[in-house]
Amino acid sequence: MNARTDTVKLAAPRAVSPRLARRALRHARERAIEALLFCAALVSVAVTTGIVVILVSESLAFFEHVSLWRFLTDTQWTPLFSDAHYGILPLLSGTLVSSAVALAVAIPLGTIIAIYLSEFSPHALREVAKPFLELLGGVPTIVYGYFALLFVTPLLQKIYPGLPGFNLLSAGIVMGIMIIPYVSSVSEDAMRAVPMSLREGAYAMGATRFQTALGVVTPAAFSGIAAAYILGISRAVGETMIVAVAAGMQPNLTWNPLEPAATITAYIVQVALGDLPHGSIAYQTIFAAGLTLALVTLFFNVIGHMLRKRFRQAY
Amino acid sequence: MVSVPRPERMTSAHARAAEPARKAAVRNLDFYYGHYHALRNITMPIYERHVTALIGPSGCGKSTLLRCFNRMHDLYPGNRYQGEIVFYPDDTNLLSPEVDPIEVRMRVSMVFQKPNPFPKSIYENVAYGLKVRGVKRRATLDEKVEEALRGAALWEEVKERLHDPAFNLSGGQQQRLCIARALATDPEMLLFDEPTSALDPIATASIEELIARLKQRITIFIVTHNMQQAARVSDYTAYMYLGELIEFGVTDDIFLNPSNKQTEDYITGRFG
Amino acid sequence: MDEAHLNELRAMIAARKRWNVIFSALGVLALMIGILTFTTLFVDMLIDGLPRLSWDFFMSFPSRRPGEAGILSAWVGSTLVMIVTAAVAVPLGVAAGVYLEEYAPRNWVTDLIEINVANLAGVPSIIYGLLALGLFVYQFGLGQSILAAGLTLGLLVLPVVIVATREAIRSIPGAIREGAYALGATAWQTTAHHILPYSMAGILTGVIIGMARAIGETAPLITIGALTFIAFLPPAPVTSEPPFLSFEWLMSPFTVMPIQMFNWTSRPEAAFHHNAAAAGLVLVVMTLSMNGLAIYLRYLLRRRIRW
Repeated sequence: MNARTDTVKLAAPRAVSPRLARRALRHARERAIEALLFCAALVSVAVTTGIVVILVSESLAFFEHVSLWRFLTDTQWTPLFSDAHYGILPLLSGTLVSSAVALAVAIPLGTIIAIYLSEFSPHALREVAKPFLELLGGVPTIVYGYFALLFVTPLLQKIYPGLPGFNLLSAGIVMGIMIIPYVSSVSEDAMRAVPMSLREGAYAMGATRFQTALGVVTPAAFSGIAAAYILGISRAVGETMIVAVAAGMQPNLTWNPLEPAATITAYIVQVALGDLPHGSIAYQTIFAAGLTLALVTLFFNVIGHMLRKRFRQAY
Repeated sequence: MVSVPRPERMTSAHARAAEPARKAAVRNLDFYYGHYHALRNITMPIYERHVTALIGPSGCGKSTLLRCFNRMHDLYPGNRYQGEIVFYPDDTNLLSPEVDPIEVRMRVSMVFQKPNPFPKSIYENVAYGLKVRGVKRRATLDEKVEEALRGAALWEEVKERLHDPAFNLSGGQQQRLCIARALATDPEMLLFDEPTSALDPIATASIEELIARLKQRITIFIVTHNMQQAARVSDYTAYMYLGELIEFGVTDDIFLNPSNKQTEDYITGRFG
Repeated sequence: MDEAHLNELRAMIAARKRWNVIFSALGVLALMIGILTFTTLFVDMLIDGLPRLSWDFFMSFPSRRPGEAGILSAWVGSTLVMIVTAAVAVPLGVAAGVYLEEYAPRNWVTDLIEINVANLAGVPSIIYGLLALGLFVYQFGLGQSILAAGLTLGLLVLPVVIVATREAIRSIPGAIREGAYALGATAWQTTAHHILPYSMAGILTGVIIGMARAIGETAPLITIGALTFIAFLPPAPVTSEPPFLSFEWLMSPFTVMPIQMFNWTSRPEAAFHHNAAAAGLVLVVMTLSMNGLAIYLRYLLRRRIRW
């Protein structure tokens, strides 16, 4: 075969069959590849559908035994006892209190760090701090749980001797520190996206760096920062191991962080650790609890998404 | 057709004596970017183995028209062609939805404004078009790569370092590499989209020299915002304004004796 | 402006500038809290766990006697589960990312897919566990196996790989893509010869970060029933007789490093806590080095390709 025949010979369009055949083959192959890639992309839709179907179907089975009203108002959650109660409130309170403590730590610290890194810090420090914060967020949560139970709680007990070994406070504090990187990195990105021209306008009027940062940049980046907070809330609500290890797994309707309690997530872990006959009411409870959790996080994710879109449109 | 020795650049007299054969003909071409009517009823010929230049102020649609010839607009959604670009000798309408854009691109090659070599070696860059057409034999590839690099006046400078990264070349060399890459597949027509606007004057001169040589064997269609370049390099010139073809003719006629007032205003710099 | 006014002005400016210093100090303090927590955590585990780290620790099964317990079944289990996770997440994630960037038209189907990917990134990991429990363990009958675990974590990590692939592809300039198309390449040729090779480093960074996350995941695996006390190893993937490759290990029960640490942390005896610290040390070193590798790769990338 000589060199000439390698190139596509251009003949009249009353086509030479090999050329048409080659084109058809190439088309078919391209279509097949595109279909394959499309199926891969559809997997994400399949996963969401799967989650919805599983949670809803098992929860429906659960709600055949337990009325929605009882689920929402009963103040005890003891599905494994002979006198079973199925009120979600204790689990919800545990989740809310631990998340509140976490956010009380993460939001102030995360925001201050973000403002500092974006507006104040020298470049070199920023280049070191950012990867470090990423590493902080990369530590497995079970390690944080260990830290909360075996270091933070004893430490707190020195300050407040009456503190029980399992409590929501240690878990919340450690969870907060874990969440700082999420809050700070998204907030910082939002602040860096504010155009220099805004800052220059403030400086030109004689403002100090502090006044510019707090008075101009932070309000301008507000929806991005709010999105960061929502991300933090979402993360706190969905966290499992830190609370399972450090707050104990005893459902307890309380608003006092100094007590032990179980969150929705810790309950699921507790049940999964035991023996679970498929189809038993105990098995169904974890899906009902999971559904509640999914709805709460979905709510926050949607708000966060809308905020982020609004923020992106502004610039 | 009268057989006369071909002049270095087309002159008015020669054109009148013997109109050259056509390579392509644009017929009533309209083009829409979504709702925006970018090209309005364009009709013009492209003569075989001659250089046709497209000039006009920014936004007049020159690049848009150029990119119709190799169906580049198909890559982006919302674009619409109306009318024809007929390619000779087989009378194919390049814009027909039945014609595969990939085939069009195998017959019509393009050199872009900013040199865009692939982050591969010099050899790999030139050979890519051949690989896409299924040429596998090493000997064939070597031969065609050398031929293309010679054709682009780059062979002597790179023959010792064919496997070095293309990014190591200077701007002018990179552009010649892109030309070699476009030549390697023996296209019937070569499109240049403002090929020297990103280059210094010396590199520009070498590219213009190259174009003068290349036109002996390939039809060339070049868009340029530099009128002097069009005057230096092209046989025929088309002047466009706001999506319309205002005037087409032999370059000398357009520059020395335009028939349309708008053309004259642009040429003499009354607006830009 | 006269002297008195100027001095007043200067005093006011000095007062306001003080806030700069105060806030900077606050910022550094906040950073210090993070650094301090991390160092304390690390040092505490080091003190508690380093004495326990030994060859025996890596090579022994867990046991009722804390002094003899080890993480053999845990790290083997983690490794095997990670293999399945990567085998699931990487092809699916890269393919989906390529589809969304190179092929997808702007219509409602594409929007639906993008919304789903964004949403899945924010779903708590335990919900993936519930999905896996209902679907993989029971519906598909995979049981409480390494395969189910790998599938679960693979889906968990999928959004990370998809986003990393998309970002990597987006950083390739359009001129390169057009250059390839102008030479007559088809969409797949352009993708395979240009887009994928040039974005490989970015994709790899994302994959490493995803895998680092997967190694530390506990909740979803507990939910699908990873056992907390395993005193045996899954069957080996490589056998000494033809066909030399076995897939029995996929269906085997298993445990992983974070679950082993959880198990030891939950025991009241202090001696087990030392084991937990040692296991935690191994885990942290593993995840940190993977994250560190990814960060370093990203830094190299930024310096290497200048488009």
